[in-house]
Amino acid sequence: MIEVLNLTKKFNGLTAVDNCSFSLEKGETLILLGTSGCGKTTTLKMINRLIEATSGKVFIEGKNIQDQKPEDLRKQIGYVIQSIGLFPHYTVEQNVAIVPNLLKWDKKQTVSRTRELLELVGLPPDDFLKRKPEELSGGQQQRVGLARALAADPSVVLFDEPFGALDPITRRQIQKEFINMESLLQKTMILVTHDVFEACELGDKICLMNEGKIKQIGTAKELIFSPHDDFVINFFQANRFQLELMVLTVKDIMEAIPKKECKGEAVQDFYEDARILDVLEAMGNIPQKEPILRIKSRDNKKICQTTSERIMTAFYKKRAKLLQ
Amino acid sequence: MNFIEFIFTHQGEIIEQTGEHIGLTVVALAIAVFLGLPLGIMLTRYKKFSPSVLGVIGVIQTIPSVALLGFLLPLLGIGVTPAIVALFLYALLPIVRNTYTGIEEVDPAVREAARGMGMSDLQILANVELPLAVPVIFAGIRTATVINVGVATLCALIGAGGLGAFIFRGIALNNVYMILAGAIPAAMLALFLDMILGLLQKFIRPLIKPILILSSLVVFVIIPFIIVPSFFVHPFTAGFTAEFMERSDGYPGLKKHYNLSLNTVELDPGLMYHALKEKKVDVICGFSTDGRILAFKLKVLKDDKHYFPPYHVAPLVRGETLRKYPVLRELFSKLADVITDKKMTELNFRVDYKKEPPSQVAKDFLTQMGLEVIKNKKDKADIIIGSKNFTEQYILAYIFEQLIESYSDLSVELKTGLAGTKICFDALINEEIDLYPEYTGTGLHVILKAEKEISNTILRDERKVYDFVKKESKKRYDLEWLQPLGFNNTYALMMRESQANELDIETISELEYFLNKND
Repeated sequence: MIEVLNLTKKFNGLTAVDNCSFSLEKGETLILLGTSGCGKTTTLKMINRLIEATSGKVFIEGKNIQDQKPEDLRKQIGYVIQSIGLFPHYTVEQNVAIVPNLLKWDKKQTVSRTRELLELVGLPPDDFLKRKPEELSGGQQQRVGLARALAADPSVVLFDEPFGALDPITRRQIQKEFINMESLLQKTMILVTHDVFEACELGDKICLMNEGKIKQIGTAKELIFSPHDDFVINFFQANRFQLELMVLTVKDIMEAIPKKECKGEAVQDFYEDARILDVLEAMGNIPQKEPILRIKSRDNKKICQTTSERIMTAFYKKRAKLLQ
Repeated sequence: MNFIEFIFTHQGEIIEQTGEHIGLTVVALAIAVFLGLPLGIMLTRYKKFSPSVLGVIGVIQTIPSVALLGFLLPLLGIGVTPAIVALFLYALLPIVRNTYTGIEEVDPAVREAARGMGMSDLQILANVELPLAVPVIFAGIRTATVINVGVATLCALIGAGGLGAFIFRGIALNNVYMILAGAIPAAMLALFLDMILGLLQKFIRPLIKPILILSSLVVFVIIPFIIVPSFFVHPFTAGFTAEFMERSDGYPGLKKHYNLSLNTVELDPGLMYHALKEKKVDVICGFSTDGRILAFKLKVLKDDKHYFPPYHVAPLVRGETLRKYPVLRELFSKLADVITDKKMTELNFRVDYKKEPPSQVAKDFLTQMGLEVIKNKKDKADIIIGSKNFTEQYILAYIFEQLIESYSDLSVELKTGLAGTKICFDALINEEIDLYPEYTGTGLHVILKAEKEISNTILRDERKVYDFVKKESKKRYDLEWLQPLGFNNTYALMMRESQANELDIETISELEYFLNKND
């Protein structure tokens, strides 16, 4: 779907992005992760040609982006930025309709699409269509920003630290909605962030960058348990324990959970692909001594009954094995 | 006559001048908007030029208005064209700078989002940057409007009309009603135009695209239309000061006396001589001993039907001083009738244009006359000589001083630069000075305030005027007019020497003949 080959950008002799290559399948989400100034945003902006590459190539659906006019290219790619950039003199409706209008869509089609999108991002159209951006909260603005990026139903969406400006609670909530948003499932997305939790939460793949170079590309699990070098290890070190609980699922540690069934009524069910962190968090909230949980497969077959303690023990065993 | 009556009797003129004023302001403003807006936009696209371009426009803004009109005179002459160009130049800075700033201040995130969605540069400009910059741009246009309404009053000084005509004529004639009749409509006009723009601002966003198109049209069509005609030949034109146009002993009387009909424009006294030199007008009303006559090679037309009142200069001395130092009478007789108009013009020229000190010029003059100048200063002054505050008077005061000190053992103190007739005269009456050079015409009108019947009967005869002021001053104030020095510094019509010679015009009658012949 997206193929990036040897992309390089030099500003006045300084190399901002150095020979980066990666690719994404359709529907995949790639996270460009790194500290400030590592070249992740520059890489992103070279994909919709807001920044022109010094050398290297980008193909989207097999087409070289250099073969299209930048404006035409950008109309096909959704773009969401941290500062949102809603037009302050436009209403919410006009903001969402910008790209359809640029593409000269039929008026009726644009109107119905706008309503549909506002529903989708959780803003009741009748309340919000006529409002101006200044009348919206930060979270609402970012939802409108997302609706605007999706307006013309692009197959590719680029995000530049989309949740960076939100307070932690709103951020977490929108991230959750983001993951579950059906209209995003089919999209090929590249998202820039410096937040390791966001990266592990949202990304199918993570591309960790430093000083313009790609340090490692892979799933969150690969980066945490099979780091290529010390930089990768150090990057996650501060939040290591929590991240490990996030990237491992119950299924990953199943072999280490004692086979002996816990007797009694299970208080909660979990699918086997649930993250250990989520399981522990959920069980920790239950005000009962040693509550029992049940693990099921996706086709709803019971796999086993166990407790948080056993899962924790199993996690430690598995972790030791993975880190060897 | 009170102010209301004045307004009613002059309402035609007020309306006409207001119309001219609006015309000047609006045309200049429109050009400034349609040129300044694109220029401001260009600067946001080519930022490295912005400091230099804004700097240059800023420097133009700092040029005093009358000076700017003076700079434009050789290029564009007088009348409406240079007025509009000057107004345009003054309007440019607020418009260009505010356009530039307004666009620059658009949130970069909004611009990035617009670009990221695939808007072209032109679409971003028309749909995002300009609409968001509207308040700032309009603030600039409104500033420019108020500046222009103000500066447009000065355009009366170069014959472009407008409410300034009333204001300057009012100042020249010390007529408060006339000043107000120009100033009040001008102030109201500024407020009114500002209000209109304020209203327009609310509805401007949908109009941005038509304005962009219109602005390119203006640049290529209207401006050449205005600029080009000024380079063509103009008819024989007279440039007169507001005062001369209005005074009954100025142009209105001259017209009747010589049956003269001239194509006139009103000009600033300072710019008038320049306008004549630069061939923008062909005849002006100057003063017959002005140094510029020599500097600009002008020719004074002979007043062959004796229209202009005589302004012969003579020392005006307190009677008591004369009785105390009778030698003065004898001393000043050396100066009787020795300075011709031409000589005085030359002396003025040397001070005004050669920048020689008046004392040196005075000394040279006396030496030329065969009089020896010796300095013998005592500590205490016996005689105090005053003068008014223009070149000729300074020179005369120095001549008097040096003459007295060289040929008597009296010591002289100078109190030069007194601002105007009234101050000189009061100083004389109050014994603060003993003598100063005064003009017979001024004596008649200002000092003695002669009644109309008297002045009308004697006005055309220089001898009678002198005799009248001599007798009356003696009687009323115990002041003595000594013998006149010879020259007559009065109003005079003047032309370029080259043109006058070419057309063979020496006198005002010949000018009248020439004009009637060509009609």
